[in-house]
Amino acid sequence: MTTTTTVTFERHPDTYRHWKLDVDGEVAWLEMDVDEQGGLVPGYELKLNSYDLGVDIEFYDATQRLRFEHPGVKAVIVTSAKDKVFCAGANIRMLASSAHEWKVNFCKFTNETRNGIEDATEFSGQRYLAAVNGSCAGGGYEIALACEKILLVDDNSSTVALPEVPLLGVLPGTGGLTRVVDKRRVRRDLADVFATRSDGVKGKTAVDWRLVDELVPRVGFRESVLARARELAAESERLPGDQGVWLTPLNPEVTDDGIKYRFVDITFDRPASLATITVRGPEGEPGDLHAEGADGWLLRLTRELDDAILRLRANETELGTWVLRTEGDPAGVLAHEQQVLGAKDWLSNEILHYYKRTLKRLDVTSRTLIALIEPGSCFAGVLLELALAADRQYILDGPPIDDEDSEERASITLSEANFGPFPMGNGLTRLQSRFYGDDDHLAWLVRERDHALTPAETVELGLVTDAPDDLDWEDEIRIALEGRASLSPDALTGMEANHRFVGPETIETKIFGRLTAWQNWIFTRPNASGPEGALRRYGTGQKAIFDRKRV
Amino acid sequence: MPERIDYDAKIPNNVNLADDRRLQRALEGWQPKFMNWWGEMGPTLQTHGVYLRTAVSVGREGWAHFDHVNVPDYRWGIFLAERDPDRRIAFGEHKGESVWQQVPGEYRADLQRLIVIQGDTEPASVEQQRLLGLTAPSLYDLRNLFQVNVEEGRHLWAMVYLLHAYFGREGRDEAEGLLLRNSGSPDAPRILGAFNEETADWLAFFMFTYFTDRDGKYQLGTLKESSFDPLSRTCEFMLKEEAHHMFVGTTGVDRVVQRSADLIREHDTLDIASHGGIPLDIIQRYLNFHYTVSLDLFGSETSTNAANYYTAGLKGRWQETRRKDDHKLTEDSRDLDRPNGDGTWTSDELQAILLLNLDLRGEYTADCQTGVNRWNKILADADLDFRFKLPHPGFNREVGINSGHHITPDGNIVDEATWEASRHRWLPTTEDLTFVRSLMHPVYERGKIASWVAPPRQGINGKPFDYEYVHLT
Repeated sequence: MTTTTTVTFERHPDTYRHWKLDVDGEVAWLEMDVDEQGGLVPGYELKLNSYDLGVDIEFYDATQRLRFEHPGVKAVIVTSAKDKVFCAGANIRMLASSAHEWKVNFCKFTNETRNGIEDATEFSGQRYLAAVNGSCAGGGYEIALACEKILLVDDNSSTVALPEVPLLGVLPGTGGLTRVVDKRRVRRDLADVFATRSDGVKGKTAVDWRLVDELVPRVGFRESVLARARELAAESERLPGDQGVWLTPLNPEVTDDGIKYRFVDITFDRPASLATITVRGPEGEPGDLHAEGADGWLLRLTRELDDAILRLRANETELGTWVLRTEGDPAGVLAHEQQVLGAKDWLSNEILHYYKRTLKRLDVTSRTLIALIEPGSCFAGVLLELALAADRQYILDGPPIDDEDSEERASITLSEANFGPFPMGNGLTRLQSRFYGDDDHLAWLVRERDHALTPAETVELGLVTDAPDDLDWEDEIRIALEGRASLSPDALTGMEANHRFVGPETIETKIFGRLTAWQNWIFTRPNASGPEGALRRYGTGQKAIFDRKRV
Repeated sequence: MPERIDYDAKIPNNVNLADDRRLQRALEGWQPKFMNWWGEMGPTLQTHGVYLRTAVSVGREGWAHFDHVNVPDYRWGIFLAERDPDRRIAFGEHKGESVWQQVPGEYRADLQRLIVIQGDTEPASVEQQRLLGLTAPSLYDLRNLFQVNVEEGRHLWAMVYLLHAYFGREGRDEAEGLLLRNSGSPDAPRILGAFNEETADWLAFFMFTYFTDRDGKYQLGTLKESSFDPLSRTCEFMLKEEAHHMFVGTTGVDRVVQRSADLIREHDTLDIASHGGIPLDIIQRYLNFHYTVSLDLFGSETSTNAANYYTAGLKGRWQETRRKDDHKLTEDSRDLDRPNGDGTWTSDELQAILLLNLDLRGEYTADCQTGVNRWNKILADADLDFRFKLPHPGFNREVGINSGHHITPDGNIVDEATWEASRHRWLPTTEDLTFVRSLMHPVYERGKIASWVAPPRQGINGKPFDYEYVHLT
């Protein structure tokens, strides 16, 4: 299937097709009830609560709204509204009929949603509980794995399973293998047995192997689950807050040439395979964070950036280079940042973690990221993280290109925001990743905080790749971008991912850097995707034919 | 392989159990659990001997022995049909190869699943029929109930033997699970829906043995084709016993219809309820219910699992070897009728291999029709105009492409309100069930029979109807 579907990512609980969100005091029920006929793209039915990108977009929307709109919720129960089936995982016919980039984009997004759930548990005190009320396979079990606790109905027949290897010739790619051993600490030999059994594991064995936490009788299942959720809620450290912030529609203006939001502007240059993303600083002094709600600068900006990244990834796969720019007053950025970093309430906490997750999305995006720092830009503190996320940074050392008499010069400003609150997936800040193992240099950078750094200083401090002057700027940037566009996109994807994630492995880096990288390789191999491969043959009643050579 | 059954062993068998100490120990460990289950979930009525058929051989000639047996002492055993040393795989990608005497590692999970599902249905009917002994219409019928029950028990043994002999510790766990699930249990119900329905009265029992056990016949028929020879031979022998269950159903419904026809003629009215008979429209509603619930047992019309099982050689088609095609089905297609939201039907052409459940269901439906013809002949012979009819396969379905649609017994697609408004005409109502139950008084005197059913034309094993088939005191 070569799909021309344009994917949008904004949803609302009132119009969910596949989920039911029901908030009851401290506990929310998030029930999966997939509409078989509601696939995002024609050509497959979403049977047995199997999911596609559209189902997961709603899931993501629900997790976001739970964090922002329902500050009172401390425990979230993820369960199925269908009888005897929790979730059959990612829809195989959808995967088999999708183009490679669609499959990979789907896997990336679903992984980010699962990571977001764990982030909510760890940093928002919103604890997730999977109430597995029927058979639970593949991506279905991976949803459960993302939750802090897994309860399995004790009906002597429901199982949890990761059947991808035996049935499909691919991996449980939404963190399945990694979470089984790293998070749930299932013994590796048992994990090996588990992941090669198409029929999964049920009952007491599932508990013994730590695949689930507890069995719950079928009679009174919901009551037992609710009681467990209440216990989790009682242990929650969620910061108090009774009035949520409603995530109002973003209403971007979408044209063939780009996407315009309030604080984010994207323009496409298709011949050059380029998207230029311009982020604007705040328009005035910070107001009351709660009163401003979804209109507050940093929250609004984050939502727009998040939406923009997702749209570009899904719909503009040939725009291989993203140029990151900012416009505005650095002092304003720092004032708004301080307001959020300084407050220790639930909303500022949510905004910071959301911004963190959005930066992480950028980190794992398989596009070349180039930051251009020019006069009039505002790469300070939180926005400087965008530049630090980029593969290269260029700062203009001279007056603005179109006004050589201007006194204005480009600068960047380090702040508290660059030294901790927004770690990457590897657990390090972007500065720690940039200067990995060089503690003296990091200590020097701490001393250079809170004042504007000139182009010369940014070079000396190693914060930019180059600082061309106004005579060279346009040519240098053009050559850099054109050169980049001429390279193999696959090689670039591999190279960038390598450079971005230095140092220690975490569950997140293993999932993105290892598991999904393997998956991408497996997805393109004939044993999975060839005409006689397992993924293509699935559902035809014919068996896959494997090339037996191991590579 | 001895054809004669070793009856001296603790567990009668023709599989040389005495030579396999490990397996013998495992089965002897399961035996008391089975007996506990039988004690708790088996027939409620206490008897002092039932005239039962016991398998004593598996050969063509005289495999059964009849005698009065104290039911808890019935010798449940393990009997496989004789082995054909030249048997070859008849279908799928292994077609032409020798059949397997061991489980191939590649298919272990699938074979285990198939056997567990088959095994799960066997004790279920015992559980569903648990209370029927208390309301049997005659000693003859009571005996048949026990016969069906002990053989369902033996069929459970057959599947448990396979699980123990070929599937290691997991197989033993699954064998135990078969006794832990219970029909209609809110905690751990049986795997398939129809086996969690109640069999509350004898008309339901006759319908169940006609329609639902007939599904069993077809499922066993497909497993008899299996490349896994022990499963094939097990099912082949089970089919011999299963035939009696369907006989109970066929003749049971015959006799109900006969009695109703007699009463209608005698009183010259279709409304025979007040005369202790079951009106024909209630019989039709029972038929509608049991037939449609049984259709659900065939699974979804399109099935990847069934296709995979076929290609792998695990489960064939009904009478696979008599089919005239390539037995691989990768190139064939056939049509599937699909209901549309706008009330029309569409016919889709699909790969034949994806429609194996539909294929089997077609064989089953044709077979069911013969019973309906039989019952209609009784009505015709009695000069009555009423005729029974199998409802459309889309009617009252919970499984497959018709589920979620509201389809009348005539095959019209209607809206939910219309359907619900007519439900009482099509499916047994609470009043119907209460009425039929009100007729269910036990008749335990020799040669006597309840008001709502005619006596059988013949007794069991040449014995007369008034033979004391069951010793109750």
